Amino acid sequence: MTNAIEVRGLTKRYGDVQAVSGIDLDISQGEVFAILGPNGAGKSTTVEILEGYRKRDSGEVAVLGVDPARPTREWRSRIGIVLQSANDAAELSVRETVRHFAGYYPNPRDPDEVIAAVGLTESANKRVRQLSGGQRRRVDVALGVLGDPELIFLDEPTTGFDPEARRQFWELIEGLAHNGSTIVLTTHYLDEAEALADRVAVIAGGRIVAEGEPATLGGRATAKAVVTWQDGSVETDTPTETVLELSRRYEGEVPGLAVARPTLEDIYLKLIEAPRD
Amino acid sequence: MTDTATGTAPRRTAATRAMPSALKLGLSRGAVETKMFFREKDAVVFTFAFPIVLLMLFGSIFAGDLEGTGVTVSQLYTAGLIGAGVMGAGFQNLGIGIAGDRDDGTLKRLAGTPMPRSAYFIGKIINVLVIAFLEVAILLAIGVVMYDLDLPSEVSSWVTFAWVFVLGVTAAALLGTAASSLPRSAKSAAAVISMPFVVLQFISGVFIPFTQMPEWLINIASVFPLKWMCQGFRAVFLGDGGAALELTKSYELGRVALVLAAWVIGGLVLCLTTFRWKGRRDG
Repeated sequence: MTNAIEVRGLTKRYGDVQAVSGIDLDISQGEVFAILGPNGAGKSTTVEILEGYRKRDSGEVAVLGVDPARPTREWRSRIGIVLQSANDAAELSVRETVRHFAGYYPNPRDPDEVIAAVGLTESANKRVRQLSGGQRRRVDVALGVLGDPELIFLDEPTTGFDPEARRQFWELIEGLAHNGSTIVLTTHYLDEAEALADRVAVIAGGRIVAEGEPATLGGRATAKAVVTWQDGSVETDTPTETVLELSRRYEGEVPGLAVARPTLEDIYLKLIEAPRD
Repeated sequence: MTDTATGTAPRRTAATRAMPSALKLGLSRGAVETKMFFREKDAVVFTFAFPIVLLMLFGSIFAGDLEGTGVTVSQLYTAGLIGAGVMGAGFQNLGIGIAGDRDDGTLKRLAGTPMPRSAYFIGKIINVLVIAFLEVAILLAIGVVMYDLDLPSEVSSWVTFAWVFVLGVTAAALLGTAASSLPRSAKSAAAVISMPFVVLQFISGVFIPFTQMPEWLINIASVFPLKWMCQGFRAVFLGDGGAALELTKSYELGRVALVLAAWVIGGLVLCLTTFRWKGRRDG
């Protein structure tokens, strides 16, 4: 299997601050990979090194087989970057912007199709300045996928979205993943990572503290379940047995019954607590 | 990580076409930059309309001849403001514009695309040339229609105009590009860039004749390109009669060429050594 991204022993230091202290990462082709972590954990630095925006101090990095410290135009045309915050090109219309950027790529997707795919057809003639925050992010996504990239970086794409806009945005990302593009996503929202990602990595203190599928991350699948009912609660490895026994005790329905596994958020908070110094 | 050419692009059917050329993308950026410039009313007023308004104003306030040279005060202002207009289109427009591009994410976004970096600068050059050319045309039209400015009829004058314009606009654009790295943000750019430019206009003979200025101020102005640019334009539009108004009783075109060329080279070196694609916040 070919990996879209391979990272070995990546480090980066800003003055006295060790932002990234030894990260290893493999992201395979076609995968949707989420990078989680608190602010200042080294998440953005890592992604910006992968995107070719920043130079690393040490380690080996290959993105689509190329060292991102030496980006070529050919390599740039194969990756798409959706920036975290940009307010550029405000005086152009959505269509003018997308058409102009399409010219940068050797094999761009059809601008009007891309505008339709991000749901901006009705606003295509509006100036970018006049768009709402959510619509503005859609332009960012449109520009990120315009070159028909094999690999897409999304940096906190739904920050500031209302719940409905987020759901619509997720569908858009799922559509991109369905096309076979590899997607690397950073986010603060755990439900977002759970909904979209095949695998997640949690970065804290410049290291990866856990990596795996959202359902099993940090021993989540094997963690004890908590069974609660009207008169009590119990932590157990065998919740089914507990429920059956309770059912016998109450002769049928158990009042107020709930069975819960730790949420991704519970696991995440536990993970990022540990390595903080 | 084996065969990147075929292995990582299974869904691509079309043969990969060649990268679009830097020149083509530069022209495309020039069109977009110019469109954005004229849609942004602030920038239009700031760099484009300012010299035009000043010319109308000064031309109306100060009338009359200068010491029997046959040159009117408003003609003098026309020539001076053409210099200031060209400098504004290059220095002020780019200094503020590129600082804005760095602050609002334009540069970061462009650096993440396969656009060759030279295309960005080609686009800016086109933008500056369009603005400077239109500016000069409008100022000349006002001068001719309202203030009896005579356009030179000899080819040699237009040759002088052409090289002063090209050298002047290039030096101003390079200096503006270098100066764009000074402001911390787009918000402070207007002040940081405009302040020295306004001072330079006052000491470079745009508004106040050199004959009324102390020598030390003239010496400072002589270091910068604006004085020489204006002198070159006076040579073109005021003719031999106006030469008597110059400090040295001559337009010193040789020195004009020398100083402007030196600024072109110095500006280029400054740009190459100091240009940043990232904002200060981006580290």
